[in-house]
Amino acid sequence: MAPTAEPSRRAPDSPLGLDAPVRLRTKDLLSIGDLSPDEILLILDTAEAMKEVGTRSIKKVPALRGHTVVNLFFEPSTRTRTSFEIAEKRLSADTVNVAASGSSVSKGETLADTLRNLEAMSPDMIVLRHASAGAGHLAARLCGACIINAGDGMHEHPTQALVDAFTIRERKGGLAGLRVSIIGDLLHSRVFRSNLRLLRVLGAQVCACGPATLMLPDMERLGVRATTSVDDAVAGADVIMLLRVQLERMRGHFFPSRREYFQRFGMTMARLRRAAPDAVVMHPGPMNRGVEIASEVADGSRSVILEQVANGVAVRMAVLYLLAGSRRGAAPGGPALDGGSGWDRAGE
Amino acid sequence: MSERTTILRGGRVVDPASGRDGVADVLIRDGRVVRVGPGLEVESEAAVIDVPGGCVVCPGFVDMHAHLREPGAEHKETVATGAAAAVAGGFTAVACMPDTEPANDEAGVTGLILARAAEAGLARVYPIGAVTRGRAGRQLAAIGELRDAGCVAVSDAGRPVADAILMRRALEYAAMCGMPVIDHCEETALTVDGVAHEGGAAALLGLRGMPAAAEEIHAGRDVALSGLTGAPVHLAHVSARGTLRVVRSGKARGVPVTCEVTPHHLTLTDERLAEYDTNCKMNPPLRGAADVEALVDGLADGTIDCVATDHAPRHVDEKLAEFDRAAFGVVGLETAVSVCLDRLVHAGHVSLSRLVGLLSANPARILGVEGGALTEGAPADITVLAPDLPVTVDARGFRSLARNTPFDGWSLRGGVAATMVGGRTVYVNASVRGADAFGLASGRAAAGGADAAAGGDPRAGAPTRV
Repeated sequence: MAPTAEPSRRAPDSPLGLDAPVRLRTKDLLSIGDLSPDEILLILDTAEAMKEVGTRSIKKVPALRGHTVVNLFFEPSTRTRTSFEIAEKRLSADTVNVAASGSSVSKGETLADTLRNLEAMSPDMIVLRHASAGAGHLAARLCGACIINAGDGMHEHPTQALVDAFTIRERKGGLAGLRVSIIGDLLHSRVFRSNLRLLRVLGAQVCACGPATLMLPDMERLGVRATTSVDDAVAGADVIMLLRVQLERMRGHFFPSRREYFQRFGMTMARLRRAAPDAVVMHPGPMNRGVEIASEVADGSRSVILEQVANGVAVRMAVLYLLAGSRRGAAPGGPALDGGSGWDRAGE
Repeated sequence: MSERTTILRGGRVVDPASGRDGVADVLIRDGRVVRVGPGLEVESEAAVIDVPGGCVVCPGFVDMHAHLREPGAEHKETVATGAAAAVAGGFTAVACMPDTEPANDEAGVTGLILARAAEAGLARVYPIGAVTRGRAGRQLAAIGELRDAGCVAVSDAGRPVADAILMRRALEYAAMCGMPVIDHCEETALTVDGVAHEGGAAALLGLRGMPAAAEEIHAGRDVALSGLTGAPVHLAHVSARGTLRVVRSGKARGVPVTCEVTPHHLTLTDERLAEYDTNCKMNPPLRGAADVEALVDGLADGTIDCVATDHAPRHVDEKLAEFDRAAFGVVGLETAVSVCLDRLVHAGHVSLSRLVGLLSANPARILGVEGGALTEGAPADITVLAPDLPVTVDARGFRSLARNTPFDGWSLRGGVAATMVGGRTVYVNASVRGADAFGLASGRAAAGGADAAAGGDPRAGAPTRV
């Protein structure tokens, strides 16, 4: 039976007592492409119930009691790691944080060995952030634990896109027909790639804007309107999503200077006036103030940037909760480890 | 030892060098072809091999691009295991690249490779020397010495000769020594950190791209320098449509440029990267569908001279890694013939005769080595194909030490029935009915290389020296 939006219509404390039909078909969340449209809506609906938990005086439910969750972060992260950890704790999971600098990675261990060692301790879930695209795919092949991609190189950051969709839906009531303009360093952005998939599935009209040197090829083929004019991108937009200029991922010259970037692409109050009157401004963080966004915009009345952060906990609670359900329902047994074959992930 | 006379009787003989395509007998004496023709009469003591029904007798296949990893990385491949893989894949000769450790940039390394090949006693092994010392791209290697020691070409293998004046002098000097320069075409400023073809697939997967133009630009320079000097240049593993335009226009004005293409570039596209399978990571990368189409057209119209494997064995640890950190390269010796028969010949893109030429006469001509023809006096290097044999690729059964193939599990139509080098059977495919007629000098049956039918230790059946 296909998942439904049922949970949101239950009593506010229902996540405590939900016993079964809410589950995802996928064992891992590596990409928004792993989710059907129904499953995306299920996650957003469940997140609404989860958000209520965060308003209680005792912000804790026993949903994941007895579950071990490893937060394996090979790249620095403040927001995402904290958000996952709070989400796990509110669901009563046992959490372990592994940061690359404090692990055997600094002694030269391969990612495959790190994963196999963690897997040997039978965690239920691994939340993985890594600088290499597809690191989660490797983890999913090596581990029976459910893998949640918390950002893999320039590939995807699916929970961030779910957070963004949740925030937009909360503000606008829905995404169908909304004009969403994503502006910034598209090329290096995993948030963009996840949002591209998610926003299209939910029916938004997506416009992508950035310097020609930071564009993806073939964007029209992906159903996205591409422009290098920020005024064009902002005009009439309902949602303006700014992306961080990822100087640390850039080799060579993509634009002449931060100053020129801000002049051409930075979001200022003057530019924002061209958007729809009730337009909201989003940013996945961390922000470069004065590069992609003026402080007056970031801290202004249109900004929902801190709402995104707040919603991050609820959405990640929903993802953890639903994937735990899918894991309980899944057949045990991990993929082959011989490396010679078995590349195809089970269930696809 | 091999003085006796052998006759291969009743097979379809396809020999593009002589234009022959029809049922004929092949008479072999002292390791050489004595005569080819229908209904040959032979003395009574001749050993008669009845070619199994449906099989095709071809000049031995020559793979002009393989990495055999010895000396220096014998845990990935050795000359002996590479040669065993070659004959199991229907190759009677294999040219090996100089990216060994140390590099094959002086006669001592060449001598070691040839000695190992002689010990193995399977495929002929033709070393390719380095263009520059240590393949470092700064000074010419001892090209004349390499030639005298037995090298058949020079290449910096895996790296382009980036410096244009060095390339010009290498072309001139190698031509004087009677060798082509084989170049890896890549303008590396455009491919820094690249791990996949720059296109829609890599963009969505977040993989840094290597644009097709990087190959085309470098190929354009090489063709211009070959035109300038009149010296032959051979472009390794061509992958991009634009590169073929450059080659085509060079050939049209008489520039001595030749090029090769690999079976994987002829059959796979960057869509295969969707699951980050590191066995689909190689350099040049798998490109888009339009490039694949252009490569297949280039085979048919003669722009491409040969099919070569770029057999690049990798240890499992090099491939079981993050996609951007995994090693480049795939093995190909044991799958090339089946992939080409199925996807090119049976798919109707090229005739069997054309494919045989791409795998035998053409590479032999480019390298200036004997073989590639079944004519009187030619070495009796023979590949016997079973063009309709159902084959399932099983990497675990490879004779190569490596398993890094993108074709694992593929079901293909067409394979190798037997391989002879110098008139001696070096491989028999036990799953071809009647192939045991070829026998094996050691009397041991060969386990099926590409097809996994035979159980047990995959290398137990490797033919022994005679």
